[in-house]
Amino acid sequence: MNLLGKLSWSAIPFDQPIVMGASAFMALVVALVLGWITLKGYWRYLWDEWLTSVDHKRIGVMYCLLALVMMLRGFADAIMMRAQQAVAAGGAQGYLPPEHFDQIFTAHGAIMIFFMAMPFVIGLMNFVLPLQLGSRDVAFPTLNSVSFWLTAAGALLINISLVVGEFAKTGWWAYPPLSGLQLSPGVGVDYYLWAVQISGIGTLMTGINFVATILKMRAPGMGYMRMPVFCWTSLATSLLIVAVFPVLTATFGMLLLDRYLGFHFFTIEGHGNPMMYANLFWIWGHPEVYILILPAFGVFSEVVATFSGKPLFGYRSMVAATMAICVLSLLVWLHHFFTMGAGANVNGFFGVMTMIIAVPTGVKVFNWLFTMYGGRVRFTVPVLWTIGFMVTFVIGGMTGVLMAVPPADFQLHNSLFLVAHFHNVIIGGVVFGVMAAYNYWFPKAFGFKLDERWGSASFWCWLVGFYVAFMPLYVLGLMGMTRRMQHYDNPAWQPWLVVAAVGAVVILGGVVCQVVQLVVSIRRRDQYRDATGDPWHGRTLEWSTVSPPPAWNFAVLPQVADLDAWWGRKQAMRANQDQPARAREYRPIEMPKNSATGFVIAFFAVVTGFALIWHIWWMASLGLLGAFVTVLAFAFRAQEEVEIPAEQIARFARAHQAEVAA
Amino acid sequence: MNVAVAIETLQPESLPSASEAGPASKRVVVAYGFWIFLLSDIVMFSALFAAYAVLVRSTAGGPTGADLFNQASVAIQTACLLVSSFTCGMMSLAVDSRRRGATYAFAVLTFVLGAAFLAFELRDFSGMIASGATPQHSAFLSAYFTLVGCHGLHVTVGLVWLAVMMAQVAIMGFRATVERRLRCFALFWHALDIVWIWLFTVVFLMGVRP
Repeated sequence: MNLLGKLSWSAIPFDQPIVMGASAFMALVVALVLGWITLKGYWRYLWDEWLTSVDHKRIGVMYCLLALVMMLRGFADAIMMRAQQAVAAGGAQGYLPPEHFDQIFTAHGAIMIFFMAMPFVIGLMNFVLPLQLGSRDVAFPTLNSVSFWLTAAGALLINISLVVGEFAKTGWWAYPPLSGLQLSPGVGVDYYLWAVQISGIGTLMTGINFVATILKMRAPGMGYMRMPVFCWTSLATSLLIVAVFPVLTATFGMLLLDRYLGFHFFTIEGHGNPMMYANLFWIWGHPEVYILILPAFGVFSEVVATFSGKPLFGYRSMVAATMAICVLSLLVWLHHFFTMGAGANVNGFFGVMTMIIAVPTGVKVFNWLFTMYGGRVRFTVPVLWTIGFMVTFVIGGMTGVLMAVPPADFQLHNSLFLVAHFHNVIIGGVVFGVMAAYNYWFPKAFGFKLDERWGSASFWCWLVGFYVAFMPLYVLGLMGMTRRMQHYDNPAWQPWLVVAAVGAVVILGGVVCQVVQLVVSIRRRDQYRDATGDPWHGRTLEWSTVSPPPAWNFAVLPQVADLDAWWGRKQAMRANQDQPARAREYRPIEMPKNSATGFVIAFFAVVTGFALIWHIWWMASLGLLGAFVTVLAFAFRAQEEVEIPAEQIARFARAHQAEVAA
Repeated sequence: MNVAVAIETLQPESLPSASEAGPASKRVVVAYGFWIFLLSDIVMFSALFAAYAVLVRSTAGGPTGADLFNQASVAIQTACLLVSSFTCGMMSLAVDSRRRGATYAFAVLTFVLGAAFLAFELRDFSGMIASGATPQHSAFLSAYFTLVGCHGLHVTVGLVWLAVMMAQVAIMGFRATVERRLRCFALFWHALDIVWIWLFTVVFLMGVRP
């Protein structure tokens, strides 16, 4: 009986200079950040104001920060893959051995989907939803904190796998039998599965939280047809999370039972059915891409309407299209494996459904176009991202419709054409969307705008770099190159892969510009300060409050009379300018108390996950017990809410009015 | 007269619309959120049901459901669980009228019935395992143990939750948070019945068909 399970010193790959170098670099960065916090004495502030915060705005910001950090990690993987494929032609093997290359493409996919895109869109929804709905917080603030910290716990486990042990070599869908115990006996697949199980629980709770928030917490007067489109798309996303994340949990649970207890869900022996895994996985996996893209659609709707100075064209059709996508996204999963041999009728049905889902998406594109048409468009950074999205996403969408034709898919399946397609929609859709949102809502979160010049430099690098990096992959796919090749014999592919690598370097320029933009903006924050809380002349309620908003968001809950509530109120204020302002009556507000529950549970989740990965059973039991005791401590706490006195709220509101007047 | 006329005479714009009423009370929000959680839990069970349906004939030469299932035991389990739902309902009524003694009494009944259900289920499991029908034997048995075991795990969690709630009633009394949690527990306990009725039908009734 080994006290440390499978864990030993041999788990750390001392003989691999690239891995050790990357780990040392990461450790150095973490040590520098922690040292800086200690030196400045920020621990108290960090703990009280951020780590234990249950404020949806703080949690949203932390989600986005996590996503940005993980994007750097995932992007490093991308650069390594492009460099490898640019050199490993003919007899050359490149600089990455196969087992390392396999881990890199798996980590890239897993990180970008679960720990970059998901936290980013969830962070945005967290920050924006309650503000747009005119509410004080989400429905379950402490649960929200738990969700965030569980996501962070999953991300931490993935990063630990870099140093201790290995990551999965199976591709990010981890299809059995390759991901089964027989063909993947190492800890890599376990790292992946447990990291996603832990963060998946967090995501599911977020979905529940947001559905309850949107349907039950809206400001007085905000009927469904007065909700901003971002709230609608967030509702669709949250409903999808509730509908499909449990399937992922069950599927990964079955795979874990196969791996840990010798069950036969997906094994060949015992009459298991590996193809069932593909079905179950994509029943989650296809709605997942809409979970990511729908909030981005919401962002573009807000950005287009605000910067065109017009109400969104076709609001009702936008809502209908959103909900249509929400339902249809559950009926297309089989197009991920037309080649599995389900038969012509089944493939035909799913091919047609896949083409149909392009229709509501097309409706949305036209709505954005018609909103801009005749508007006085201000070409700010968010608008640049939006226009870049509209062009890029339509191309990606059309290649998707092309692959929805099963006979065509038989040729293109698992080729680089597919890789080009989904990067085309995920970068051109989700990444451009979150970048637009980042530039759009940053002033609301921090009270100053981001630098426009570095922002547009970043956009142009991303846009140009994207086309240079991914258009060659379409060509390579048509030339017959499959995905995930560590090296290849056909020298005709190499020039295209070199071009793709150059494109990745241009995107790197965009990433660098983003970092510079943030640094420059923080240094010039006094110059970019926005005292009004409404820097873009916005239309929705989040712009009606102070930037950054106080913990209670709104001193007095807004009364909503129309769509574009804040725009309407501004028009009314202008019309009634000469009338004396009515004195506002402030009432005390009950706010949820900060809680370390989320942080502590996530700590125990990491302990449990790590122990399960390495088969350290006593430690796993301790971790579970710790999490249970933490929940008990939360359940028995005496005080749950703090009351903010009316006088404090009035003082804050008066100070803000004075600042705006000045 | 037709329905459309009846609605028109009501003049809908004069009525306050439910969707414009402003934030709901905490009681409503908590119960509503918990309903959504239960739906997600049922989605998870549906994935396990689907896996079971796919694998039910994959017995790898081993025993089938007809060979294994003990209908008398399943009938007792069903009775225990359904009656415990009734006692749980009685507990909710006792909570609503703030009767502490009745609350404890019905909680104990619910707990005992739930524990009896678990005991019979575990007896069935251990009997099957002793006869060599382990979850490692075939895909059918893997799916069976996972699906039924997952429900059993939920019942176990429910028992722990019920015990904690009684401690909360004893220590903190019927304060608003405790009441909301008791309501969520009741929803959870009834939802487990719904899942069980599906298990009873799909696994145990359909499983013994010749």
